[in-house]
Amino acid sequence: MPIDILMPALSPTMEEGTLSKWLKQEGDKVTSGDVIAEIETDKATMEVEAVDEGVIGKLLVAAGTENVKVNTKIAVLLVEGESADALSAEKPAQPEVPKADADTPAAASDAAGGKARQSADEPSAVADSKVPAQPKIDLAADPDIPEGTEMVMTTVREALRDAMAEEMRRDENVFVMGEEVAEYQGAYKITQGLLQEFGARRVVDTPITEHGFAGVGVGAAMAGLKPIVEFMTFNFAMQAIDQIINSAAKTLYMSGGQMGAPIVFRGPNGAAARVGAQHSQDFSAWYSQIPGLKVVMPYTAADAKGLLKAAIRDPNPVVFLENEILYGQSFEVPKLDDFVLPIGKARIHKTGKDVTIVSFGIGMTYAVKAIAELEKEGIDVELIDLRTIRPMDLPTVIESVKKTGRLVTVEEGYPQNSVGTEIATRVMQQAFDYLDAPVLTIAGKDVPMPYAANLEKLALPNVGEVVQAVKTVCYK
Amino acid sequence: MALPNLASASGRKSAAKSATKLFSRAGDFTGKNSLEFGKEEDLHAYREMLLIRRFEEKAGQLYGMGFIGGFCHLYIGQEAVVVGMQMAQKEGDQVITAYRDHGHMLATGMSARGVMAELTGRQGGYSRGKGGSMHMFSKEKNFYGGHGIVGAQVSLGTGLAFANKYRGNDSVSVAYFGDGAANQGQVYESFNMAALWKLPIVYIVENNRYAMGTSTSRATAQSNYSLRGSGFGIPGIQVDGMDVRAVKAAGDEALEHCRTGNGPIILEMLTYRYRGHSMSDPAKYRSKDEVQKMRSEHDPIEQVRKRLLDKGWSSEDELKAIDKDIRDVVSDSADFAQADPEPDASELYTDILL
Ligand SMILES: Cc1ncc(C[n+]2csc(CCOP(=O)(O)OP(=O)(O)O)c2C)c(N)n1
Ligand SMILES: [Mg+2]
Repeated sequence: MPIDILMPALSPTMEEGTLSKWLKQEGDKVTSGDVIAEIETDKATMEVEAVDEGVIGKLLVAAGTENVKVNTKIAVLLVEGESADALSAEKPAQPEVPKADADTPAAASDAAGGKARQSADEPSAVADSKVPAQPKIDLAADPDIPEGTEMVMTTVREALRDAMAEEMRRDENVFVMGEEVAEYQGAYKITQGLLQEFGARRVVDTPITEHGFAGVGVGAAMAGLKPIVEFMTFNFAMQAIDQIINSAAKTLYMSGGQMGAPIVFRGPNGAAARVGAQHSQDFSAWYSQIPGLKVVMPYTAADAKGLLKAAIRDPNPVVFLENEILYGQSFEVPKLDDFVLPIGKARIHKTGKDVTIVSFGIGMTYAVKAIAELEKEGIDVELIDLRTIRPMDLPTVIESVKKTGRLVTVEEGYPQNSVGTEIATRVMQQAFDYLDAPVLTIAGKDVPMPYAANLEKLALPNVGEVVQAVKTVCYK
Repeated sequence: MALPNLASASGRKSAAKSATKLFSRAGDFTGKNSLEFGKEEDLHAYREMLLIRRFEEKAGQLYGMGFIGGFCHLYIGQEAVVVGMQMAQKEGDQVITAYRDHGHMLATGMSARGVMAELTGRQGGYSRGKGGSMHMFSKEKNFYGGHGIVGAQVSLGTGLAFANKYRGNDSVSVAYFGDGAANQGQVYESFNMAALWKLPIVYIVENNRYAMGTSTSRATAQSNYSLRGSGFGIPGIQVDGMDVRAVKAAGDEALEHCRTGNGPIILEMLTYRYRGHSMSDPAKYRSKDEVQKMRSEHDPIEQVRKRLLDKGWSSEDELKAIDKDIRDVVSDSADFAQADPEPDASELYTDILL
């Protein structure tokens, strides 16, 4: 069979070009790698090389022809023993137009607009019915805490430290690295005592080189270790965000499942107090957008402990967002040998019937105070602590909204594209009929964090705003 | 490029050496600049350093009283570095640094009132209360901040130098950063570009031996920071950063090197911070003796004071008068910073976009 030589594409976006010159004529012998023609687009000129060996049987498109569509047959190559006679009837062929059965994005757009090729980043105009549905994950519920288990008042700080220590005792591959984590005992004292118990091999002080050590952590994780990378604060993880997203989050997918990065990136996130714009930012919404990451943001000490242990065991990269202001707060933590909580499950902090509040992390502090006030006014709030931002436990939220018909979200981060707006969108899409009022989202103000005490207060959400929002959705 | 190494990796002997061996040389450095100050220079340096010292002490006090919040990094001990450099600079040269920045601002001539009022978050502050201790700027004084992200100012300072070269003016950018910051990747990306494009920038490593609680020897395999540009052919000098004369002399050479089109240069200032990293610092990483020794043997202000007296350039009374002037400026700034109102609530949404 003679071999068809087609008009090649020079780039993923090229649709057509000019066949400027033939460098081989009919009857010429070619071997693979020989340049046979030059083609040109508005962007570039490129040589077309032969791939196969043979004799040029026929040139189907004359030199100088413009607007030759990609994939047009431009020449025929005869292989050994074939004669040119058989080709006399060949005509320049048009590229085969794929049938409009929407099995590729390009084909879908053919049907819509007749374009021959389309860059991968142009969205297709027709919904693609063959994209499979995102698989649903069934998660275990929180473990039962046996009757009579002692509850110990523990600070979030201690809970996080205990979680790391327990996992380090359990698994030799777990180690901690970061700035001031070892000798200084942690800039916020979260790694207190770890150097003393586990030694400098497993509790590693790094230079101030976030991008570098985040990459080192991901590399170590790819090699099978289980790093806990502490960022002194998540503001400084912006130096390292490329390694978190491009390396940690994507490797499993890019390697076709061969290798991933079982790593925890943890540290305080969000506003502390009076530390100004560059040190006060909530990254929950940022990381929650990234497929390939899990994003956890606990409020209570028990959740901090159980979820950090889960994060360390998780075979995936987990971004674990803590909060400096919560570090010193105490909560009851069950005294169990191995208290692990499921990542991806929300927790109903308080049941109620009138309205649902969804919050997470430090946002819960506003919500908890608000529901106490609202109770006095006879409004019975169901408060859900999301705990994990990604994967998001929407079913729990929707179950609650089905009951209450009203929803308010509370967080400290910026308002645009916030976690709250994501929840509002999904609830609108999946539980529209159950809503009795528009979802309201309480967030930080749309400004960099100011330093002045009065402005800082205004920039953060406050309990009054939450109370007001709840009343508004209750039409009170 | 073999550099004589005055400072050993473990400790710092150079500071103790005599004034004639104040800095080592690299490349073409001749050390031709005078290491001696005349009376006027010493008096100027004395005033400027004392202003920073007294200002910082007052800031520490106001922090303790709750007027200043968040982080507050004091510059006490390092005064000779900015003052000596400022004495070598010309009008138009730009300055940029990190968060330990109050001294740099005062040295560039920014007002004590404006800086202190920013520390207390009041409307009369340089950023109208919106920046705080770590984020202050003055276009008028060519002070470009005040940056909280360790290392970021090095690339920004390189950009200031880029603009100088682009415009063809003869200004030089002076970018300060710490020994800890010197380990950030973007520092080396900047070094490469600055050397490649021969940008007029003096990189100043303020080696105060610690990055928070980490001593240089625990953070780097090369604690001679003057060598950090050698892979890019950037010359470097180690300078006794406790001696304002040595700083000024090295600054003169470095600035001339830049102004005559030779590209970047590194000055490693061997210095010391007396106070904690920020206001809350348990300081378990160093001994009280170490701090005390630096204070009593190498204090930059005491050195000048002693010279002024020994040479008969000033009497005790004259120095006391200077002291009083400066205390007055500082208390005035503190009074102002406590009385000035907070910014108006409407300021929340200003200055986000133009
Ligand atoms: C990118 C980044 N990482 C970490 C921090 C937290 N941090 C603030 S100052 C500092 C130490 C810096 O030390 P050095 O550069 O030596 O300057 P010095 O404080 O001694 O003036 C650290 C780790 C930060 N602000 N930015
Ligand atoms: Mg330092």
